[in-house]
Amino acid sequence: MADALLELRDVHATAGDAPILRGVDLVIRPGEVHAVMGPNGSGKSTLANALAGRPSVRVTRGEILYDGRDLTALSPEERAREGIFLAFQYPVEIPGVANLYFLKAALNAVRKHRGQPELDAMEFLQLARRKMKLVEMDEKLMQRSVNEGFSGGEKKRNEVLQMAILEPRLAVLDETDSGLDIDALRIVAGGVNALRGPQRAMLVITHYQRLLDYVEPDFVHVLAGGRIARSGGKELARELEEKGYGWIEASAR
Amino acid sequence: MSALDDARDRFLALHASFAASRQSEPGWLARLRADALDAFREQGLPHTRLEEWRHTNVTPLAKVPLALATSPARAVARDDLEHHAFPVFACSVYVFVNGRFAPDLSAAQRLNCGTTVESLSELLRTDPERLAPRLGRDVELKRHPFAALATAFLDDGACVRVPRGAGAEQPIHLVFVSAAGADGEPLLSHPRVLIETAAGSRLTLIQDHVAVGTSPGFSNCVTEVEVGADAQVDLVLVQREPDYRFHVSNLAVTQERDSRFAAHTFCFGGAIVRNDVGVRLLGEGAECRLDGLFVAGGRQLVDNHTFVDHAVPRCTSRETYKGIVGGQARGVFRGRILVRPDAQKTSAQQSNANLLLGVGAEVDTKPQLEILADDVKCSHGSSVGQLDPDAFFYLRSRGLSEEVARDLLTRGFAQEILRALPQPALSDALDDALQQRLRLAHAGGLA
Repeated sequence: MADALLELRDVHATAGDAPILRGVDLVIRPGEVHAVMGPNGSGKSTLANALAGRPSVRVTRGEILYDGRDLTALSPEERAREGIFLAFQYPVEIPGVANLYFLKAALNAVRKHRGQPELDAMEFLQLARRKMKLVEMDEKLMQRSVNEGFSGGEKKRNEVLQMAILEPRLAVLDETDSGLDIDALRIVAGGVNALRGPQRAMLVITHYQRLLDYVEPDFVHVLAGGRIARSGGKELARELEEKGYGWIEASAR
Repeated sequence: MSALDDARDRFLALHASFAASRQSEPGWLARLRADALDAFREQGLPHTRLEEWRHTNVTPLAKVPLALATSPARAVARDDLEHHAFPVFACSVYVFVNGRFAPDLSAAQRLNCGTTVESLSELLRTDPERLAPRLGRDVELKRHPFAALATAFLDDGACVRVPRGAGAEQPIHLVFVSAAGADGEPLLSHPRVLIETAAGSRLTLIQDHVAVGTSPGFSNCVTEVEVGADAQVDLVLVQREPDYRFHVSNLAVTQERDSRFAAHTFCFGGAIVRNDVGVRLLGEGAECRLDGLFVAGGRQLVDNHTFVDHAVPRCTSRETYKGIVGGQARGVFRGRILVRPDAQKTSAQQSNANLLLGVGAEVDTKPQLEILADDVKCSHGSSVGQLDPDAFFYLRSRGLSEEVARDLLTRGFAQEILRALPQPALSDALDDALQQRLRLAHAGGLA
């Protein structure tokens, strides 16, 4: 079996000052897609943000190993350059910063770190056009400010586009399905599936099972009360859809 | 004796020797000078007990031992100006050194349709009566001591005239270069611009202030603009003098019926900078837009005062000022809007947004609306904030360093002002100037 790409050992974390994660253990290997489900407030987003390095989330106990290294020692930008990508639950609007310019700067920062030559404007545009097709993104959105005035679906597609361009080793999708109608969900899921590969691992965080109809996970974990209360195969998602989270929360106590 | 009184007396003494060489001037000009000198003598250098100068203490300026830049200035070579050029547009460039026209450094192209750019001192020699009714007309000498001082020392500058219905396609670029005297002696100079645009004409003009050398000095500028009926004027004011210089400017604008005027003020340098913009909307249907962007770091102080006078009905004013303030720097904005009793159907908007990049940075912002008509639409808003931490994290989570992320967000904050410029090439040029300024500021402690 391949070495773990990501390993969480007894991870405790606070968001703001509130303790949220209370001992998470998780192992993800290259090529695997893991789904993390759970009720509101169970710590799903805190888990995602702990991996991406959001400053307001602090790991207080345990360790997070990425490729065998202590992830918490890295800044958010170092994590990104090392191949971690977080698709935000709420993508941020950035007035005055053109989407295309931002994406090129991000890709070149990552390429530079990998020792690859930086792309010029023309090369980048060609690459971006190819990737835009993947998520059926209108080219007009590339000239606009990042996420500004984008619809909910456009924002989420923009996240998947960024992921497609940056080609991470570990993609963390934080409720990328929330707020999407069925067409947008299909497009987003199609983009995600196109990025599955033997070298890339994914952590798909979702409240609902419906995304998992399109993006089929290898493993499903249920987060409750800041711990992984149950793990299983994809059939666990279906069970949750039928029974709700109550029975797991009860047994987690 | 306070430093301010002392400086006033020194300026008056400088004027006495200056005036001795001006005996043969026409009567109207002698009277204008005398009135201006009286107004300056009465007010002196402004102190912080005056409401208009509450946040701006000019004592550091008063302490600089300034001599008057009279003799033809120290040689400024073309090479000195090379790195100040805006490379992107080919337009007529007129260079002034310490306020005096320098034809050798200028690159004038033929202007369309009778538009002229002339030296004020040349005009005062050859055709003074044409300037008589106009020069100094719109400067409120009794309210602006520095503008009064500049008018008392009136000497040279640019006179730009666009005849009826004419319009230059390319912008006109006026470059005011400040330089020290021999041995780095700090100098006082008075860049002056007079712009007359006749009915239905068009003009885009860049008034650019730069400096060479490493000495302190004081540029005390006055610009008067008359916008004729149905004329359209875009004025881009760029202040890029280094942080050890002092800069005061007064822009006085009058607008006739259905005219459109925009001032885009960019302020990137200077130890103490004070800009006063005054627009009088005198003809119905006139529209004015006042945009401003400044960056202040270190211990800089940048003070923008604006005054829009809605004197007649159905005029529109739009005002957007943005400040980027870091280090121990200080920003001041005061926007006064007067809607006179007859000025019904006025539409006036004002906003002032400030980005604080350092814990020691400070901004004082104050709108002042005096509305004496009842059927008007007026609004104002101001804000002082820091970089959005969510946006900052978002950019970093994509691999951008803290420095790049901060620069991107800061430039993003400024885009609204940059994109409002009349030509994309100008937007890009000023964006470059902004980036250059931000890099410099980071090196000198903007955060």
